[in-house]
Amino acid sequence: MVVPACRDGRAHSVREVGLFPMKIVVCVKQVPDTESEKALRPEDLTLDREAVDAVMNEMDEFAVEEALQLAERTGGEVTVLLMGPEQGADTIRKALSMGADRALHVVDDALRGSDAVATSAVLAAALREVGFDLVLLGCEASDARTSLVPAMLAERLGLPQLTFAQKVETDGTEITVERLTDYGHDVVTARLPALVSVVEKINEPRYPTFKGIMAAKKKPVRTLDLSDLELDATEVGAAGAWSAVDDFTVRPPRAAGELVKDEGEGGRQLVAFLAGRKLV
Amino acid sequence: MTASAAPRFDPLDPLGLDDLLDDDDRAVRETVRRWAADRVLPHVARWYEDGQVPEVRELARELGALGALGMPLHGHGCAGATAVQYGLACLELEAADSGIRSLVSVQGSLAMYAIHRYGSEELKERWLPPMAAGETIGCFGLTEPDHGSDPAAMRTHARRDGSDWVLTGRKTWITNGSLAGVAVVWARTDEGIRGFVVPTDAPGFAAHDIHHKWSLRASVTSELVLDEVRLPEGAALPGVVGLRGPLSCLSHARYGIVWGAMGAARACFESALEYATTREQFGRPIGGFQLTQAKLADMAVELHKGVLLAHHLGRRMDAGRLRPEQISFGKLNNVREALEICRTSRTILGANGISLEYPVMRHATNLESVLTYEGTAEMHQLVLGKALTGLDAFR
Ligand SMILES: Cc1cc2nc3c(=O)[nH]c(=O)nc-3n(C[C@H](O)[C@H](O)[C@H](O)COP(=O)(O)OP(=O)(O)OC[C@H]3O[C@@H](n4cnc5c(N)ncnc54)[C@H](O)[C@@H]3O)c2cc1C
Ligand SMILES: Cc1cc2nc3c(=O)[nH]c(=O)nc-3n(C[C@H](O)[C@H](O)[C@H](O)COP(=O)(O)OP(=O)(O)OC[C@H]3O[C@@H](n4cnc5c(N)ncnc54)[C@H](O)[C@@H]3O)c2cc1C
Repeated sequence: MVVPACRDGRAHSVREVGLFPMKIVVCVKQVPDTESEKALRPEDLTLDREAVDAVMNEMDEFAVEEALQLAERTGGEVTVLLMGPEQGADTIRKALSMGADRALHVVDDALRGSDAVATSAVLAAALREVGFDLVLLGCEASDARTSLVPAMLAERLGLPQLTFAQKVETDGTEITVERLTDYGHDVVTARLPALVSVVEKINEPRYPTFKGIMAAKKKPVRTLDLSDLELDATEVGAAGAWSAVDDFTVRPPRAAGELVKDEGEGGRQLVAFLAGRKLV
Repeated sequence: MTASAAPRFDPLDPLGLDDLLDDDDRAVRETVRRWAADRVLPHVARWYEDGQVPEVRELARELGALGALGMPLHGHGCAGATAVQYGLACLELEAADSGIRSLVSVQGSLAMYAIHRYGSEELKERWLPPMAAGETIGCFGLTEPDHGSDPAAMRTHARRDGSDWVLTGRKTWITNGSLAGVAVVWARTDEGIRGFVVPTDAPGFAAHDIHHKWSLRASVTSELVLDEVRLPEGAALPGVVGLRGPLSCLSHARYGIVWGAMGAARACFESALEYATTREQFGRPIGGFQLTQAKLADMAVELHKGVLLAHHLGRRMDAGRLRPEQISFGKLNNVREALEICRTSRTILGANGISLEYPVMRHATNLESVLTYEGTAEMHQLVLGKALTGLDAFR
């Protein structure tokens, strides 16, 4: 499948399309460590983020790595964009220590409780503010796991969206990705500027080097709040959320497994079990 | 969290020693921990069992790319990290295996440090960048078959021949020996003991591996034979004459061991803690018995005291105030206590404690080498004894 270039270069791209070096912005989310116990705060049913260790969303490490590799190939520049509370600075520093050049941190108390709709609005405003040729994201955040942000963001910015990329190539005018599917992959091509979300298969994220860690401190991090982005507090946060958590239950403990004894019929029984759950 | 709420208790950091670290320290630790988890831990039991590390050159290059080789040195491609960061890296590496930490200690703190501190500009430019990158591996030859704790009596010697030096002798128990592209060899000369930077492809140089080791099996240890090895004038380290040279390098490497040993201890403690809470006997987890709890509590106390001591020495080193006697203090205590923790952990794991399926026995046998090299425990007792009493009991 080839998606035709549907939109041409837009005003918010800082450069003329086709000119190296590229300006790449990679969106990075800070999430609770997948290994830590999570809990929702009883007062507003949002995640209690203070009670858990926060880390960079794992998928976003792959997005940062891809951004760095593309920048290395094209002589481009990588900006990290993160929306999240103060402690998000740790995740920004990690991306900078991997090698990103600069960062934009959107922090505002009114953002608490933002859903994917609001998150994409804020990221879109920030992206318009900095300008870009290419936006990279992870294909999913490990906490809310909606996978909605990339698509919503592309729509808001009027960009071609190339999601679930397992391989990215660009000549500075066009971008081509292999889009992972259930049956293999599609090859999708679009004109820049464009938005790409990546899957884990795409690369092996580098370890931050010690020199990178020490250099990260000196890299510029710009902090923006809602007024800098000319956004209204009612559009974002819990106030502006289109979805809300009404109730939750703790996952029930795992039920005991079903033991199949093979007395000549084992194979059939297994198939029946899997078919009953629509797994085959 | 409100100001009055007590911070969480972390069984793996019961004293909250993480508070002593800054963001960069934590990031350095995280990088090394992840690298070791990805690149060492999945393979190390096999390397240990086979007594070889087939991908060691690749590992060296990866460590070089991280900046772990010559980590606290400045310039010539070195990372210029703090002593505390270097210590944290040693701890994380040794939590994987003492052999990997030895590779890094010998490369950075012995071979590179000697060239960095005592070498000419020419020697530094030639050797340090490829060593920092892990392209060239270095070794450090001090110990001889007949001279271990008393290196002043060494027999390896260098004589002048015109403007050249000619080096003859034998060194043994040399970590990285047969891997090395360059050897820093200490030899007696008419002027006193001097260091020589020997390219290992020089005619007359040979390295033979020592087999049948039951410790540090994931590390190469060799004998070096120097048979009339001819070196240009510039191969001698100009910056130092006398035993002070090799001893200062050893001090630097011992500092890394003060941290590293606690890494091996931590790995064993974690293994024992996990085992104690999951293994059931007499109808309940063995961690529920008072005798096991006493072991766990005592181990935790010694482990974190040792880390605190390492941290204290690191801060002194960063401030340029660390004395060799203080490093002896640290090495004596931390290796001895780490070994005790490994042995106690082994008892908690019962029969599984002697299996390579768990890291405990591997660490315990590794630490037997760590107790001996870089100055035996007795030597450090003598160093401290002399410092305390003013009386020299070495001879
Ligand atoms: C059931 C449910 C419960 C929720 N509970 C809470 C809660 O307790 N507290 C709360 O604050 N929010 C909560 N949310 C909101 C959730 O955090 C948002 O949906 C989120 O900001 C965006 O969606 P996602 O995490 O699914 O991102 P995805 O669409 O899965 O993420 C894809 C990619 O988008 C990018 N991205 C996403 N978010 C950001 C960001 N903030 N900054 C930069 N890049 C980003 C990353 O590159 C990421 O890899 C909840 C949502 C749901 C559906
Ligand atoms: C795996 C491994 C790797 C090594 N790597 C290196 C390396 O890279 N480079 C290098 O140069 N060396 C290396 N060594 C050698 C190490 O430094 C020596 O083994 C160590 O210095 C002790 O020397 P020795 O074995 O000759 O023991 P000896 O000096 O013979 O000591 C034997 C015992 O006698 C005790 N003893 C000696 N003198 C006294 C005294 N005056 N009072 C009380 N007790 C005393 C010692 O403490 C020890 O218990 C390595 C050793 C091992 C095991």
